[in-house]
Amino acid sequence: MYLIQFLILSSLLFCIGVYGVLARRNAVLVLMSIELILNAVNINLIAFGAFNGAAIPAEVFALFIIAVAAAEVGVGLALVLTIYRNSKNIDLDHVDLLKG
Amino acid sequence: MTAALATTALTNTVLAVETVVAQNVFFYLIAAVMVIAALRVVTTSNMVHAALYLVVVLAGVAAQFILLGAEFVGITQVLVYIGAVIVLFLFGIMLTRAKVGAEDGLSYDNVVPAILTAVLLFLVMGFAVVDFAKAPWSSDTLLIDALDRAPTTVEQVSDSIFSTYIVAFEAISVLLLAALIGAIVVARKE
Amino acid sequence: MSTTYLAAEAGDLAVQASGFFLENVWIIPAIMASSFAIILGFGKRMPRGGSEIGIAAVGICFVLALMTAGQWIGQVNEAANCTPETCDYIQDDHSEDTDDRSEDADDHSDEGAFPVDIGVGSADGESASALTAFTEAKEGSTSAAAVAVLSERTWWSNGGIDFTIGTMVDGLTVTLLVVVTLVSMLVHIYSTDYVAGDRRFTHYFGFLSLFTAAMLFFVTSANVLQMIVGWELVGVCSFALIGHWWEEQPNSDAALKAFLTNRVGDIGLLIGMIILFFASNEKWGIIEINAGAIDGTTSHTLLLIASLCLLAAVMSKSGQFFLHTWLPDAMAGPTPVSALIHAATMVVAGVYLIARLYGVFFNGLSIGGSSINALAVIGAVTTLVGASLAFVQDDIKKVLAYSTISQLGYMTLALGVGAWTAAVFHLTTHALFKACLFLGAGSVSHAVHSFDMKKDMGGMRKFMPTTYKTFLIGSIALAGLPPLAGFWSKDEILAGTGGWGFFEGKSHANGAYTIMLVMGMITAAMTAAYMTRVMYLTFFGEFRGGHHDDSHATDDGHADALHDDPHESGPRILWPLRILAGLAVVAGLMNLPKGFLGLPSGWTLRFEHYVEPLAATGYFPKISHADPSWSLAIFSTLVVAGAVGVAYYYYFVRVNAQSPSATELVNGPTERSGLLKAGHTMLKNRYYLDHIYDGGEPVGAAGASAMGTIFGAAAGLTLGFSLDNGLNQDFWPSLVWGALLGLTIFTIVTAALRSGMGIATVVKRPMANAANWVHENIIDAAVDEVGKNSVKTADALYKYIDQGVIDGSVNAAGRGSQGAGGELRRWSTGKVQQYATVMFAGATLLAGLLIIVI
Repeated sequence: MYLIQFLILSSLLFCIGVYGVLARRNAVLVLMSIELILNAVNINLIAFGAFNGAAIPAEVFALFIIAVAAAEVGVGLALVLTIYRNSKNIDLDHVDLLKG
Repeated sequence: MTAALATTALTNTVLAVETVVAQNVFFYLIAAVMVIAALRVVTTSNMVHAALYLVVVLAGVAAQFILLGAEFVGITQVLVYIGAVIVLFLFGIMLTRAKVGAEDGLSYDNVVPAILTAVLLFLVMGFAVVDFAKAPWSSDTLLIDALDRAPTTVEQVSDSIFSTYIVAFEAISVLLLAALIGAIVVARKE
Repeated sequence: MSTTYLAAEAGDLAVQASGFFLENVWIIPAIMASSFAIILGFGKRMPRGGSEIGIAAVGICFVLALMTAGQWIGQVNEAANCTPETCDYIQDDHSEDTDDRSEDADDHSDEGAFPVDIGVGSADGESASALTAFTEAKEGSTSAAAVAVLSERTWWSNGGIDFTIGTMVDGLTVTLLVVVTLVSMLVHIYSTDYVAGDRRFTHYFGFLSLFTAAMLFFVTSANVLQMIVGWELVGVCSFALIGHWWEEQPNSDAALKAFLTNRVGDIGLLIGMIILFFASNEKWGIIEINAGAIDGTTSHTLLLIASLCLLAAVMSKSGQFFLHTWLPDAMAGPTPVSALIHAATMVVAGVYLIARLYGVFFNGLSIGGSSINALAVIGAVTTLVGASLAFVQDDIKKVLAYSTISQLGYMTLALGVGAWTAAVFHLTTHALFKACLFLGAGSVSHAVHSFDMKKDMGGMRKFMPTTYKTFLIGSIALAGLPPLAGFWSKDEILAGTGGWGFFEGKSHANGAYTIMLVMGMITAAMTAAYMTRVMYLTFFGEFRGGHHDDSHATDDGHADALHDDPHESGPRILWPLRILAGLAVVAGLMNLPKGFLGLPSGWTLRFEHYVEPLAATGYFPKISHADPSWSLAIFSTLVVAGAVGVAYYYYFVRVNAQSPSATELVNGPTERSGLLKAGHTMLKNRYYLDHIYDGGEPVGAAGASAMGTIFGAAAGLTLGFSLDNGLNQDFWPSLVWGALLGLTIFTIVTAALRSGMGIATVVKRPMANAANWVHENIIDAAVDEVGKNSVKTADALYKYIDQGVIDGSVNAAGRGSQGAGGELRRWSTGKVQQYATVMFAGATLLAGLLIIVI
């Protein structure tokens, strides 16, 4: 296996995730897309680690990324819940208080 | 004597080649599945389906990890992501009264800017990767020969976490604690 | 008695002195400076108004100074007993490179090599070289000179020149340290009584501390920049202290006069120091400048010019003729101030300067081997002028002021003839007995509230016995009668002139300054005479006071009651007097001449041994020491005694016979002889110097031209001789230059006196007129033209550029902003994802640019 395969895969997933973040209206779906992005990054990291021979730091870092992602999802969903409770709607189009 | 050695060498090479072929095949299979599933995550109009497609992607990622020899991370991925994060998502979907079945309006009407951005981004990253693979790298050096190395063991990873990266580990613990408390505080019913 | 000739007498060996106190002598001025700060900050709240801080500080400093002196003496003894095994000599590399010192960041004594090319093959066998150790040196020992301890720190470095701040301690420094702190301490104690209840008591003590700090800083300076700083600072303190009672106009005038006269000299100081800096290869350090002067690397012409410029500074600070006029007026300050500043310490700053930079002066003015030089002449003239003027003063402090001028003249004279140790020794003894005299005068005035001898004193012996006794001791010391201190130091100066050799044969002095000997002798006689006069007028006869005299502002806080009987002063005034008188008696023993009374060499010339640097140190020239001469000593004593006798006869016998409360003979010599009367008038008018400087009534033609001739001749001759001797110019060019200068001075002085305007006005007026013409017709005209043109330009500028271009563009910018704003408003929708899209797109583009393009 070549390194490039993994890099291309990871870029592809990343871009799909970016598309999802920008194109999805529902907040939960946006969070899912963010997960896609994080996983893409993880693949990239582990691939480079295996290629370099420095697999262990890469794996440790990947573990930390997983942990952070989990934390972020938890908090993010809590926020979404709160927004839902307040406005019965998690359509991001309606969250436009920054409108100027 | 030399004949025996030569045979062994040949056998090893064949075996080696075979293994490599197997790995590649699996890689491409799993990659294809992952990409399709990811596309479905961002395009489907059924929220629960989106979550399930995400499971597929995450599982695929775990498989890739194992292919790369990072067994512990792969298992952790399964446990944490698929086991916990997806469940969290499903709860979120439930609590926000998503409609069961297809629903409209999950994506914007005008997705052109998003597509453009994503494509542009892919082009840039792709260019970077391809550019990276040019000389002086030769195709051989970019080979990940996971065969020659044993997969990293849990022992190695845990040794590393608890010695070199102990500070980061503690920081992550605190972060998780903060996230936990934060999520509870934010989502409390008044 | 035999002198052991030691190898080191040839003058090659030197060792670096060291010691805790010697290296850390900066503590002493620092303590005084902090005392100043503390007194200013907290003095008013303290029970004794801050004086306790001052006294404590100066007491500590005195103890430290004694310890420093002790350490120095130890170092000299060690160096003198040096053997190659025990001492580490500073190697003598006869290279021209003088820059051999490392400039470290920490303070520690330096161990540099100062190349010395003595060029003297054999020792001057008869010279009383100061290498006699305390015990006779062992045969074969090679004693060495102790080199000054230098502690420095570089505070700035620019263009290859390092500016350092540091201390240099050797025998001279240590002497001055002890003297300054001792006199300052006694003056502090004295002042607690003298200015008790004064309106600015704390302020006074603050400035006393600051002055002491500045003087100590000046004395321990390692480079000439510091000397300049210290010099100016003591000038400022002098100004502040003279004008202590500035509410009365004469006092503030006197303070200004002192400061401004010193300023005139300071021009010379700055120019001289700058010349020295450049001439010595851009070095500020005293040691380097001296070394450069001594070994000949500094150009002789530059040394001469620098010496003359520095001489101007010394003339103003140390009250040499003709810049001495501020000193008598400075007596307007409180008496302890006069004792400290204008007798013992500040005025000797000039003498110290010459002594420190002696290499420069010795070589610049060619002191060795000649018979006349500017320094000696000025010193000699000053002694005479000071002594002559002291005769006609009614104010006791003014007598002492002129006496100080005269004695300072002695010191300068001594330096000018090459008798370095004599000058420094005289500085020390003079500080002691003059301070004693001043404080005694203060004590008397404290009792009668006035300084006027003729009007308010007389017969004080009965009322103030202790003051009388100490004053008597001080006067005898000043007059120079053996065995008191003044005799030894004055005699050494007279011997050092080398003039006595004329009478007796070779005297091994540095030159044959016979004229100076004569002038010095005459002055000694006059000194004795006027001090006798003072003694009579103050302490003998009948008390003439008893009425309150308002004309002298001695504000000492007593109620202005009439004192019928003056009383002796309190212990805080008397004890310093006693101490100083005691020291005046014994101080002379410090420098007994060689071979005196058969004493071994370990007992004689102690002062010289410890204080005078040896030529081997590299920063002191090789000077000769005159032999002491019994005949000279006896002769001078007879002269002095004779003068005392004459004065005694005049006053104690004739005037007293006239009436016990008379102060002068009614039909005395000045009445009977026209010449004497003219002389008396000239003395009363202080040689018309003040008329020349400040202006007054116009003087008659004869008198004006007489003064003009005197000054013109003096200036012309000085310049001529200096050029001739110093620069070895031919006779005729020197004459021409001298004549030119003389004529200029003659014109100016005569014009000044005739017109009644001061010298300043005479010189200023034509200059001012010329300057005015230039200003009106040339400068103003040009300025007007420029002005008219600028108005036209400005007009055009306004119309086209300001209105058209600038305003137009500003308006356009405004319109553009409006339009852009309208457009951009559409972008802030409040939709997060829109923002995100834009962000991502932008980041991608940038990344693309970065990766692909760059």
